[in-house]
Amino acid sequence: MSAPQLGVLALQGAVAEHVRALRDCGAQVRTVRRPAELAGLDGLVVPGGESTTMARLADPVGLFPAVCAAHEDGMAVFGTCAGLILLAEDVADAAALTGYDRIGGLDVTVRRNGYGSQLDSFSAALPVTGLREPLPAVFIRAPVIERAGVDVEVLAEHRGAPVAVRQGRLLGASFHPELTADRRLHGLFAEIAEAGDRPRAMEPAGA
Amino acid sequence: MTVAADARTDDSASEDRPDVAADVNAGLAHMLKGGVIMDVVTPEQAQIAEQAGAVAVMALERVPADIRSTGGVARMSDPDLIAGIIDTVSIPVMAKARIGHFVEAQVLEHLRVDYIDESEVLSPADYVHHIDKSQFSVPFVCGATDLGEALRRITEGASMIRSKGEAGTGDVSEAMKHIRTITGEIARLSALAEDELYVAAKELQAPYELVRQVARDGRLPVVLFVAGGVATPADAAMMMQMGADGVFVGSGIFKSGNPAARAEAIVKATTYYDDPAVIAEVSRGLGEAMVGLNVSDLPAPHRLAERGW
Repeated sequence: MSAPQLGVLALQGAVAEHVRALRDCGAQVRTVRRPAELAGLDGLVVPGGESTTMARLADPVGLFPAVCAAHEDGMAVFGTCAGLILLAEDVADAAALTGYDRIGGLDVTVRRNGYGSQLDSFSAALPVTGLREPLPAVFIRAPVIERAGVDVEVLAEHRGAPVAVRQGRLLGASFHPELTADRRLHGLFAEIAEAGDRPRAMEPAGA
Repeated sequence: MTVAADARTDDSASEDRPDVAADVNAGLAHMLKGGVIMDVVTPEQAQIAEQAGAVAVMALERVPADIRSTGGVARMSDPDLIAGIIDTVSIPVMAKARIGHFVEAQVLEHLRVDYIDESEVLSPADYVHHIDKSQFSVPFVCGATDLGEALRRITEGASMIRSKGEAGTGDVSEAMKHIRTITGEIARLSALAEDELYVAAKELQAPYELVRQVARDGRLPVVLFVAGGVATPADAAMMMQMGADGVFVGSGIFKSGNPAARAEAIVKATTYYDDPAVIAEVSRGLGEAMVGLNVSDLPAPHRLAERGW
């Protein structure tokens, strides 16, 4: 099979790190700032950054409705940290996001900065369903997943709350896999994107 | 630099830290990339900045243009003001400590700011030593005019660098000079032979290992923003085209005619920095930019970029 075509939303945030990680997984990668740039993508990463900033930049160009439409047509989406907030159906403290499009679709409730300020940021070795060895995970002013719907598979938990979730072709993590050299979660996403609607084994090849 | 992060590692299992970005503090700077950090002096201004799409705000008592015009000793802001701004916005809040004033930094850490700026915009508290930033859990951003200065700050524990420019002027020429100097010095370092790096380290007055890392990677090991004189969307876009990871805008927003519109325009120009059509569109009808001061007209003692060493 040819390499999956993957995009990284490049309005703001840790874009370069995701591009590098996806290329390491053998994908063809491009950055996306406009709806037309979504054409032909198998998957899109919505990176960490500030969700308030991304929402304001996406709104005037109609980017998030276009992402939803592409997802309906089969595109997979992976949200990390701020990206997870934008994918969440419910945001518990959405005041600063009110009035702007979000992507939605992932049946979870998140709370922004749920772990606290930067002094509460931390890293951990995280056991993840389908991965043999724990995944190094960096949590930076991370959102807390307060609720996950019945259709949402919890891939990892930490301190009693889900931190990595999957619902069909939507993948979400409250931490930053792009900041470490471990590519297994990006590998899993590349597989989900490449497989389209068809169910596939969880363990990425070679992990 | 990893001391603070290690203290916050949840599991005792040995962890590989393949690069500096794995550090939670350097990591936060990565999340700010492609964004605009705005100086604010009140919670109301902080809210305007967040509404306009700022990735973070810098809480301070007077913007650099006012520090310049009123003179005197400029210090850390009132804790009430900083706490009020932290309570108002959901984005990261930064605050400034004087160069070398480690107790101001301790106070800011106690207030739980997300980043401390050890800043030449305030009056230095120590003309010899900078703060030993490795002793803190909170991250630091520091100014630099050249590569050696940036590397010395990183050695002391800074997890983000901003080129200094000349704050409070609205004159972008110093910002241009400093980003060109830093990127040019990195490019020259990358072109050196391995055995020439020892002398390069001596000349940069920076540790050999760090110099070798920069030469190998062709970039700083931390995020590099630009500050000092950015006043228009085109200024911000130019800094991004020069290779900056993002921009600080100080007096440029709240000393202009229409702060909310200008803030939003600078945010958009920073994202679409390579698209003149967008920059033209957002630059229309913004009202008056801040009144500028030409850096060449400033007497040497009033040049803030020369503070720090």
